[in-house]
Amino acid sequence: MENLIALLVAAPLLGAAVLLCGGRRLDRAGHRLGTLLAAASFVIGAVLFFDMLGRGAEERALHQHLFSWVPVESFRADIAFQLDQLSMTFVLLITGVGTLIHVYSIGYMEHDERRRRFFGYLNLFLAAMLLLVLADNYLLLYFGWEGVGLASYLLIGFWQHKPSAATAAKKAFLVNRVGDMGLSIAIMLMFTTFGTFAFGPVLAAAGETGEGMLTAIGLMLLLAACGKSAQVPLQSWLGDAMEGPTPVSALIHAATMVTAGVYLITRSGAIFNAAPDAQLAVVVVGAVTLLFGAIVGCAKDDIKKALAGSTMSQIGYMILAAGLGPIGYAFAIMHLVTHGFFKAGLFLGAGSVMHGMNDEVDMRKYGGLRKYMPVTFVTFGLGYLAIIGFPGLSGFWSKDKIIEAAFAKGGTEGWILGAVTLLGAGITAYYMTRVMIMTFFGEKRWQPAPDADAVPSAEPAAEDHAGRMPHPHESPKSMTVPMILLAFGSVFAGGLFSLNSAFVHWLEPVTAFEHGHPPIGAAAVTASTVVVLLIGVGIAYAQYGRKPVPVVAPRGSLLTRAARRDLLQDDFNHVVLVRGGEHLTRSLVYMDHTLVDGVVNGTAASVGGLSGRLRKLQNGFARSYAVSMFGGTAVLIAATLLMRGV
Amino acid sequence: MNPVNYLYLASLLFTIGAAGVLIRRNAIVVFMCVELMLNACNLALVAFSRMHGNLDGQIIAFFTMVVAAAEVVVGLAIIVSLFRSRHSASVDDASLMKL
Repeated sequence: MENLIALLVAAPLLGAAVLLCGGRRLDRAGHRLGTLLAAASFVIGAVLFFDMLGRGAEERALHQHLFSWVPVESFRADIAFQLDQLSMTFVLLITGVGTLIHVYSIGYMEHDERRRRFFGYLNLFLAAMLLLVLADNYLLLYFGWEGVGLASYLLIGFWQHKPSAATAAKKAFLVNRVGDMGLSIAIMLMFTTFGTFAFGPVLAAAGETGEGMLTAIGLMLLLAACGKSAQVPLQSWLGDAMEGPTPVSALIHAATMVTAGVYLITRSGAIFNAAPDAQLAVVVVGAVTLLFGAIVGCAKDDIKKALAGSTMSQIGYMILAAGLGPIGYAFAIMHLVTHGFFKAGLFLGAGSVMHGMNDEVDMRKYGGLRKYMPVTFVTFGLGYLAIIGFPGLSGFWSKDKIIEAAFAKGGTEGWILGAVTLLGAGITAYYMTRVMIMTFFGEKRWQPAPDADAVPSAEPAAEDHAGRMPHPHESPKSMTVPMILLAFGSVFAGGLFSLNSAFVHWLEPVTAFEHGHPPIGAAAVTASTVVVLLIGVGIAYAQYGRKPVPVVAPRGSLLTRAARRDLLQDDFNHVVLVRGGEHLTRSLVYMDHTLVDGVVNGTAASVGGLSGRLRKLQNGFARSYAVSMFGGTAVLIAATLLMRGV
Repeated sequence: MNPVNYLYLASLLFTIGAAGVLIRRNAIVVFMCVELMLNACNLALVAFSRMHGNLDGQIIAFFTMVVAAAEVVVGLAIIVSLFRSRHSASVDDASLMKL
């Protein structure tokens, strides 16, 4: 059975290689091949899953050793896979949701002449992410990690003819580099501390190592997670990443990329458990990002950017849960999976709306679409109910558990975290209701597309409608079927996972689990979550449902304006990092010119001056040379005699 | 006769030779002074050989003579060609190599 593990990665990798190297002759069949191989990977994953279920909880982990990559003395970099319950969960999420997004892309990218290449990149993305979650050591994980970064760069900048997309891709890549630096430092620290970077030995030895070193490793891992999972302070790339085609956004936000940080922290749980300071940093990052993303999501009029803010906020929940230790790991992963379903569904829904509206992304120019796009409306609506945590749907089960665990942290800390998560739930309800009402309810606020140039011609069916009023229509089957399947996941996944705490028991052998007891009782937490949720929905309804939505955004309060600019994250980066960097380089150049060059030039000048003086000794007279030889010999002989005398 | 006297003679000859090399300008005289120094060395070697009662010094003296003969050939050839090109045998005139 373990020989199948490599095939999981190999299938999409083969797809990427064939599609990217195959050339134009594959243009007609490329998308089918890519989807087929993604589906093949899912089928292999399902086979392995059922095989895993057949074994006892403690014998479920499988290992496959392919070959030793760099065997040098004690340094062993192995290409080896490990499939345990945590990896299995990710494999099914990545390949399952990934395959649905592939199917959706067939319809969405139908009129794009570079569709073959798009599918090649999608397959590469899946392969890199699978490598990341299947690796059995940190170095191979890093390989997958970088692969994910590369694939996201290629996909965000897929419409590279748009300067904004090219810039967004570069931004995502560069911001991710900062995080990657953290991961590489963490791996180096691990090697010097433990002499290896395979998961097994490192995590087993984590308990007996000095806390200072573990805190350093933990903080570096957190930095890495911040980069990939778009957490404060490395969150700025996520909003701009919306420049990519919508299926890419769905893939990045649901199945791949941003989940990598949560995986890394959960996988390294043993390190964080032994380093409370690093764990506290994780919790703080999660809590800050949770509110940050939610606030940004409230102010955005671009439907995809509102959803991007929401992803940031939901990943914040997961990071926070992962920072809570054994009481939170399982719930972090559970929220990750349910979030995978409903966020993919929401993004695909947003893509479907854009597909029918001439690629308009401004929600102020939507309105009343529920009659024109019934399937999209229902699936998006179910995803909406799931993400706000409507009782009974997926998001409710997972988010409620995280809020409980936050309260159960204990002490003042627990109260603060609990309040933050509750507040986050309220804001989530507010901004998602806002998106829902602005898009599907109210009166039509459609505008004709300005002109053909403003619409990216690569977007499907753009030219046909350019300059005319949009006439919204339901999307083709290839797009609606994945949305319907994801809607099923959004509705039922959370409930299924919570049945007899099935999901927690499933993950328990890997992540360990402690039952947290919130000080106010689980029922009270659930009740307050529902109340906060209703308040959020109510405020949004009062603001957007009762009154007509203005087509041009009002000026808004100071906070709204700041949130529209992503809470000034780019301004902050510009002032602190760009300007600071410029000052730093300028002073370094000054130092180089004065200090370094001064020393070098000074040495050269003094040597030159000295030799100019010494040159005078070379007068060309053979007899004076003879004198110096004679004198030298005399001195040598005298010295020899003296030494002998002593 | 005391062999030490030969050593006094040898050092006297060496000193005269060295002084000649350092003071005289005529290349031929400088050259002869070099020869004088070499022969002073030879005399010292032979004297030491006698004092210590083995033949090592005398053998080295033969070596010195052979080397001196070779040196004379090369040295005189250089002095002749120098004289031909510059019409002077002064060592101070041959100072073109200075910077």
